[in-house]
Amino acid sequence: MKIVDWIVQLMGIALALAAAPVFLGWVNQCRAWLQNRSAPSILQPYRGIRKLFHKDAVIAENASRLFRLAPYVVFGAMVAAAAVIPSVATRLPITRAADAIALVGLLATARVFLSLAAMDIGTAFGTLGARREMMIGFLAEPALLVVIFVVSLTSATTALPIIAERLSAQTFVLNPSLAFTAVAFTMVLLAENARIPVDNPATHLELTMIHEALLLEYSARHLALMEWAAALKLFNYACIGFAVFIPWGIATSDAPLGLTLSVVLLGAKLAIAGAGLAFIETVSAKLRVFRAPEFLATAFLFAVLGLLVRLLLGA
Amino acid sequence: MNFGSTSPLTLCVLLLASWCLVGLAGMARPLSLAFVGRTLFPLGAVLGVALAVVAAMSLTHGTEQLVLPIGLPDLPAHLRLDALSGVFLILLGAASAGISIFAAGYFRQGEGTAPGLLCLQYHLFLASMGFVLLADDAYAFMLAWETMALSSYFLVTTQHRIPEIRRAGFLYLVMAHLGAIAILLSFGILQGGSWHFTFDAMRAAHLHANWATPAFCLALLGFGAKAGLVPVHVWLPEAHPAAPSPVSALMSGVMLEIALYGMIRVSFDLLGQPLWWWGLLPLSLGLFSALYGVVFAAAQTDMKRLLAYSSIENIGIMFTGLGLAIVFTGVGMRAAAALTLIAVMYHALNHAFMKSLLFLGTGAVLHATGERNLGRLGGLIHRMPWVAWLTLIGVLAVAGLPPLNGFVSEWLLLQSFLLSYKVPHPFINMLLPLGAALLALAAALAGYVMVKFFGVIFLGQPRESTLQQAHDAGFAERLGLTWLALGCVLLGFFPTTVISRFSIVTKQLALGELPSSNAPWWLLVPIPERESSYAPLVFFAVILAVVTLATISVRFFYHQRMRRVAPWDCGFGGLTSRMQDTAEGFGQPIRHLFQPLFFIVRELPTPFDAKPKYRLEIGDRIWRALYQPLGPLVRRVADKVAWLQQGRIATYLLYSFVTLVVLLALML
Repeated sequence: MKIVDWIVQLMGIALALAAAPVFLGWVNQCRAWLQNRSAPSILQPYRGIRKLFHKDAVIAENASRLFRLAPYVVFGAMVAAAAVIPSVATRLPITRAADAIALVGLLATARVFLSLAAMDIGTAFGTLGARREMMIGFLAEPALLVVIFVVSLTSATTALPIIAERLSAQTFVLNPSLAFTAVAFTMVLLAENARIPVDNPATHLELTMIHEALLLEYSARHLALMEWAAALKLFNYACIGFAVFIPWGIATSDAPLGLTLSVVLLGAKLAIAGAGLAFIETVSAKLRVFRAPEFLATAFLFAVLGLLVRLLLGA
Repeated sequence: MNFGSTSPLTLCVLLLASWCLVGLAGMARPLSLAFVGRTLFPLGAVLGVALAVVAAMSLTHGTEQLVLPIGLPDLPAHLRLDALSGVFLILLGAASAGISIFAAGYFRQGEGTAPGLLCLQYHLFLASMGFVLLADDAYAFMLAWETMALSSYFLVTTQHRIPEIRRAGFLYLVMAHLGAIAILLSFGILQGGSWHFTFDAMRAAHLHANWATPAFCLALLGFGAKAGLVPVHVWLPEAHPAAPSPVSALMSGVMLEIALYGMIRVSFDLLGQPLWWWGLLPLSLGLFSALYGVVFAAAQTDMKRLLAYSSIENIGIMFTGLGLAIVFTGVGMRAAAALTLIAVMYHALNHAFMKSLLFLGTGAVLHATGERNLGRLGGLIHRMPWVAWLTLIGVLAVAGLPPLNGFVSEWLLLQSFLLSYKVPHPFINMLLPLGAALLALAAALAGYVMVKFFGVIFLGQPRESTLQQAHDAGFAERLGLTWLALGCVLLGFFPTTVISRFSIVTKQLALGELPSSNAPWWLLVPIPERESSYAPLVFFAVILAVVTLATISVRFFYHQRMRRVAPWDCGFGGLTSRMQDTAEGFGQPIRHLFQPLFFIVRELPTPFDAKPKYRLEIGDRIWRALYQPLGPLVRRVADKVAWLQQGRIATYLLYSFVTLVVLLALML
């Protein structure tokens, strides 16, 4: 491996870390515009994180080490995921460390630590949140894996960078199986990132909250890391989607021009995806918690439908 | 590896015999717990490590046979050590070493069977499992198999004064024998008219498909009953909680895998070339078991029962892989078959470590608290940090999370499932990839179950005040747990090393080898042209680096001030441990979603009850549909048959006369 590759790799991670809160801010801004509210600044998530880092950590008396370790593990897992996903370039040193299935496993590791930490204090909300989060997780994970299976049938690999390369090398045809899986993937993205219609990131209503219930006992630097990790998760999911469904423009070498172009294109894709996400969130209503399994089962079926279409028609 | 004049097979036999001797030594001072615990069990553990080492060395050593003149006249015991036996001997030796060390500190005075007798049963159980792996003729195999069943029955009923435990043991014994009969019948077909019951004769007998198919099905029934495949799984959730924890660990972590070994031996070795569609049977049963097991595990409130159902799930995953390997072999996709079989063996090895670890963890909890009921545990991470953190490794491994070992085998299995669209049979090649989707669902549910298991036992607030007195495990127990946890970590971190050793097995079974790749040792690339890769060490290093950097930079740029306060109670005050989610509550979404699988009896309180009571009982539909009608059926048949017993000697003489006449007519 060349030094340049490592530099590009580290820059990619830094870009993900920097861009994730901005992307979240952009989604929030779009949502506010669509809802006729005056929008917060696009940098608002940054300000939130900075504020949290400055505060004193307040921790429950009976919190164990697991509770304090979890934010770091969750954050670390999300950064590792960002390193693996080919958001800017495909041939980087770390991208080979995990294929798409291992990536799903990595996201699951983060989820399990998050849920365990929420159960650590032993309050009603924490365990409730953990239970709901794991419920969403076990339904979303297979759907996401089937999406990956379909893509791997099309590109004969499960390694994300190679998927991106092989798919972008093909001439563009409207692939029915990929269309089905794109729908499934979007639904999984909404559920996994605690967006409407499955969860609402803006409320703390005990009857419905999932993600916020998990974080209820966290404060200061721990909460900051968790929030940053959540932003990174959204960013990562978006980049997985780009690598699989719109892989054009991701740099396949470390030529500076290609990389610059790739970053610019990534920005454009994120802007459009963020606006789309805000639109979906604005036009849909929050589901009751027990309708969430139906929502995810639909996602799973869409993905399976994509698989069947792929196997039947070979397209 | 040069063993000098002694061959690895002889060494293995000697080590197994020493296990028997260690057991017998226990009978010298049957009531001395100190002698058994401090000397014999550690000695057994050392023998286990030695067995694992010898077996690992023997992998490259080629096949070796030995005829021992023991047993009936003219029926010497044939033994054979090949790579397949070797892999499972490693499993037996390495996993049992950790369990034996734990057991050295586990057994207490006054728990049913006397310590010396327990030691004899325990080591006989170990040795018999070893001989099952080495047996090369049907007699020796069945002898070892039955010794295994009987010794484990006595171990299950250690606390034989409790009626439920006797009942669980009896059910186990019945199912074990049902399985043994099926295996015996299968061997009867496999000898193929030569009437030689050595495995060599069975390999040489090329059976017609009409004979081979029933032999395969009988073997599946027999080994499936031992392994706990649905629908012959009913003994497992009863026997595992009944047994002392080291025994549950041995049964779940090792014995179930021995049954898997038997199935691999019959399908790939003795039967020669399996037909592709046989594979669909273990595949579908395995997938169903995996889902069934994990769904039931999520609904359990007894921690050992939960683990027992989780074992059913894992056995399901292994049989799914086995079925897939048979399909691949049958259609001639040999490289894919080799990959799948390696994934299955890898999962067996992983399961031996991770499930033993969890069972031993529950044993430590049980001793510290006297509770198996999840509803009375909680918050033990504060009182038992060693057990909690070591169990956490097992929990993450069973949940199939990278970079630990459970993930590697699941990843390999999913990779091989993704090759199944190439199977040249229409419809089958579309259904098989859907199996991967179900497998993914089962794996994701395992995460749910494990969060419930760990969260309810070790996290939160203690649900009973007596838990404040819980103490951490002793030195020997910690050592055993650490050994197994280390196994989970190493198997997770160095998959390429393990797999390259395993490929000798598939080579010997004539399945072909994994295609060689020029990937470095830390990178796992099972199928070079697909370029799918996984590097757990890099993975772990990245996470570790980020965690360290984040910790340091938070400390450096900000501050590390921290205050401890009471948890947030919404301003109402009076937050008690009763307000936490219970085990029932945590399983509720699963119960709700998979309602048709369960048989549920529920009594809800009404608002006017003076003493509101909530009762929930979850039953197994398969037990009610398949097994419960059996008792009355047998009784009814017996009643009808009883008519023959007239109680008059003249009638019985008539029976003899009629029998003679019929026989004569047949002869002439």
